[in-house]
Amino acid sequence: MYKYDLYDQAIIDARVDEFRDQVRRRIAGEITEDQFKPLRLKNGLYLQLHAYMLRVAIPYGTLSSRQLRMLARIARTYDRGYGHFTTRQNIQYHWIKLEQAPDILAELATVEMHAIQTSGESIRNISADHYAGAAADEIEDPRPWAELLRQATTFHPEFSYLPRKFKIAVTASPVDRAALRWHDFALRIVRDEARDTGFEVFAGGGMGRTPFLAYPIRAFLPAEQIFSYLQAVLRVWNRHARRDNIHKQRMKILVHELGEAEFTRQVEEEFGHVLKLGTDFPRVEYERISAHFAPPPFETGLSEDIDRSDPEFALWVDRQTVPHKAPGYAIVNVSLKKVGGIGGDVSAEQMDAVADVAEAFSFDELRVSHAQNLVLPHVRKQDLYMVWQALDAAGLADINLDLVTDIIACPGLDYCSLANARSIPVAQKIATRFADLDRQLDVGELKIKVSGCINACGHHHAGHIGILGVDRKGTENYQLLLGGSGAEDASPAKITGPGFDEDGIVDAVERAVERYRALRDPGERFLDTYRRVGFEPFKEAIYG
Amino acid sequence: MTLRFRDDDPHEEPAVTLDCFLTQEDAHAVRVEAGEDVRQLIPHFDRLKLVEIAFPRFRDGRGYSAACILRESGYTGELRAEGDVLVDQILFLRRCGFDSFAPVQPLDARLVEHALKRFPFVYQAAADAAVPVWKLRHG
Repeated sequence: MYKYDLYDQAIIDARVDEFRDQVRRRIAGEITEDQFKPLRLKNGLYLQLHAYMLRVAIPYGTLSSRQLRMLARIARTYDRGYGHFTTRQNIQYHWIKLEQAPDILAELATVEMHAIQTSGESIRNISADHYAGAAADEIEDPRPWAELLRQATTFHPEFSYLPRKFKIAVTASPVDRAALRWHDFALRIVRDEARDTGFEVFAGGGMGRTPFLAYPIRAFLPAEQIFSYLQAVLRVWNRHARRDNIHKQRMKILVHELGEAEFTRQVEEEFGHVLKLGTDFPRVEYERISAHFAPPPFETGLSEDIDRSDPEFALWVDRQTVPHKAPGYAIVNVSLKKVGGIGGDVSAEQMDAVADVAEAFSFDELRVSHAQNLVLPHVRKQDLYMVWQALDAAGLADINLDLVTDIIACPGLDYCSLANARSIPVAQKIATRFADLDRQLDVGELKIKVSGCINACGHHHAGHIGILGVDRKGTENYQLLLGGSGAEDASPAKITGPGFDEDGIVDAVERAVERYRALRDPGERFLDTYRRVGFEPFKEAIYG
Repeated sequence: MTLRFRDDDPHEEPAVTLDCFLTQEDAHAVRVEAGEDVRQLIPHFDRLKLVEIAFPRFRDGRGYSAACILRESGYTGELRAEGDVLVDQILFLRRCGFDSFAPVQPLDARLVEHALKRFPFVYQAAADAAVPVWKLRHG
């Protein structure tokens, strides 16, 4: 894991001091709320329906157990004893007091954490494959590049008042676990014929009210030019985006309006200028960062055998673990999607419990996935049973990775001032309807994503089944979408037709699932069947 | 009141619009509105003494790119941020190459001083003299 040096630490300590002064001036009335709002957003602080919400950055989703224990402490000391992991691999707290926010940032700084640029019109926390450094299928660990970009984009003077938010993701596998093409700017590590590292670059994706998939803007960019290239993209957007309508200021709109070819031409022209400035971090700095991400000291000669005599444990192993690149190890997915619970929510006690497990069994390392689950990246297969027992004792041994109850849902109208409808109860009702594990396993991979408004924080555009809550004449109404994906086969979901009330949408989901079961060929996922047979058979099942 | 970070004497000639500047060969000061293309000024740096860049709203970040482009292109004259210019943006404005400020609301000199001194290090090179930490790390 990356460790701060005196420079990193001095920068985040200064940030705490700056924000403490800004909060003081706001409380004293020296600056207006309009002036303060972008400042607090750049420190992750939103004003929601009932209180302030603080979003803490978890760069590329990687945490140590010490950091997770601090997140638990903050939940206990400053919130209501829990936190909520988000679709950008961050954590947010929903019951924060403004005057305590600087103290929280000061506590975070003691464990090399911060809330910098987790909100507002800025370059957001960079997300990455949550299996980075452990995945059997990766070319190399993408996190050193993500950390390099974290530093390069932190307090970038030219790009701190952008037209809108800007989201970056980095992966290094053919399998996309980071929803690459739904980002403003996405990088996939590739190698050229000379085995040199570079990036396949995508630009202009995003969800919100007008979903666009990022398009491939560069097939191969030499890795060491990435900062110049990113600055060229940002500059084209920063200079030419509209500033008159907040809904039309995301980069995806500019790309769409200019056209991909013209946008690319402008970026390449600007890249020619920026490259000459020599702002790229040198190889030696990449190597310094990369050394922090050296693989942990994996043991050799470990047994691949897992004692499967406990049937509950065997089910959990089959669903929640995936292959690791090191023999004798597995990647463990910890579900935060208990049926009837709130997806992504974790109590302080559970955070401490997972931190203990990570410390004892996973080289002190944890990951947050964009699907709002946790990952223990490096567990010896021989330890899986003890890990399972410890997780089970903490109420965290649910079996549902990528199944119908592994639902992504935004906080919705229960918390969010932007929402039109509640998301959490809908997700809970769907999960309860499909709670039976045999039924879930029979249905197989099915990604349901629920958003409480068109801003799409619940990623409904990328759901195999998406649900969008809207306000229809003062009552909550839910639209059903089908056929989206956030994986390497990315596609936007399509609205089926008229919406439903809260119970109606649960029934509609069930009808779609049953139609899939009736139509599927052996081995087909819901999404595969939908793509093969098309929209009509599902529409007929849903609307009759 | 204009806050200046330059040693030379202020250039008092009123700034003209970009269109006027490009056609009036005796003009030395130009005002650039948000969204105008400062690259049009590059052929005229030899007669340019003052560029005033408008900030209609402090959240409109186009002026930051305009300033960076001017400095990268070799402009060394006065570069002024005018309009909704606040203390909490002044560090970034300085780093982008602005060396004078004409805020609508006066700035508190003590807060400006703190804002400009607060961060001991920066992560990336910009139009100012600050040395990025990667360079400090590797000597």
